[in-house]
Amino acid sequence: MRPEVFKMIDRVVSIDPSLDKIHCQGLVPQESSIFDGHFPGHPIMPGVLLIEAMAQTTGWLILARNRFEKMPFLATVKEGKLRTFVVPGQNLDLYSEILHEGSGFVVARTQGLIEGKLICNAELTFRVLPWPEGKMKAVVLKVAEHVNFPLTDFANA
Amino acid sequence: MSSTFDTVANIIAETCDIPRDTITPDSHAIDDLGIDSLDFLDIAFAIDKAFGIKLPLEQWTQEVNDGKATTEQYFVLKNLCARIDELVAAKAA
Repeated sequence: MRPEVFKMIDRVVSIDPSLDKIHCQGLVPQESSIFDGHFPGHPIMPGVLLIEAMAQTTGWLILARNRFEKMPFLATVKEGKLRTFVVPGQNLDLYSEILHEGSGFVVARTQGLIEGKLICNAELTFRVLPWPEGKMKAVVLKVAEHVNFPLTDFANA
Repeated sequence: MSSTFDTVANIIAETCDIPRDTITPDSHAIDDLGIDSLDFLDIAFAIDKAFGIKLPLEQWTQEVNDGKATTEQYFVLKNLCARIDELVAAKAA
């Protein structure tokens, strides 16, 4: 995980064949410029980045469902709960489950655990839109390779 | 059994915190009730769940953007409810 550049996911562990569930992992690094300010001498993962980690987890699942045809953008965070502090060196297990796929949007229930203990959860809604002009899709595909996303299974050529 | 309009009006009232008695079949969701596109996602989610359908929002938006339809056709509530009834009937057929 490199939270200072919003790389919250280290690897996609599994995607359920139903395409309704995903499991990702991210190791909170010992060092990050994030911790310079949050907080000096007392490093804690910012809650907004835990939300971001859950959003990225869900994002990979949505991309698998639409085979990278469209890009999910976080639109709503509901019932977001940050239950305990997350500190450097802890490994986050992130899970997401699709609640509903509508026309141009997806709603999912997502959560983060450390050693099996629930530490954050939320219901997230994403707009799912055509890729913007430019290189965003290429960049996301590159990141997908780095996080072991199973591109051969879930992406169109 | 409540009507399609009652169900939709209750969803809008609850989702957007709009007084139920101000919502009428002639209300325009955007122009009269002030519902924005983000709130409409919540409404669409609730409608999809309540009726077991998938409102074709992308298609409707495209038609409006292309000038092939007006927002009134889809977002005046009596018209929205008629579309919902059509989708429910098509699903049952």
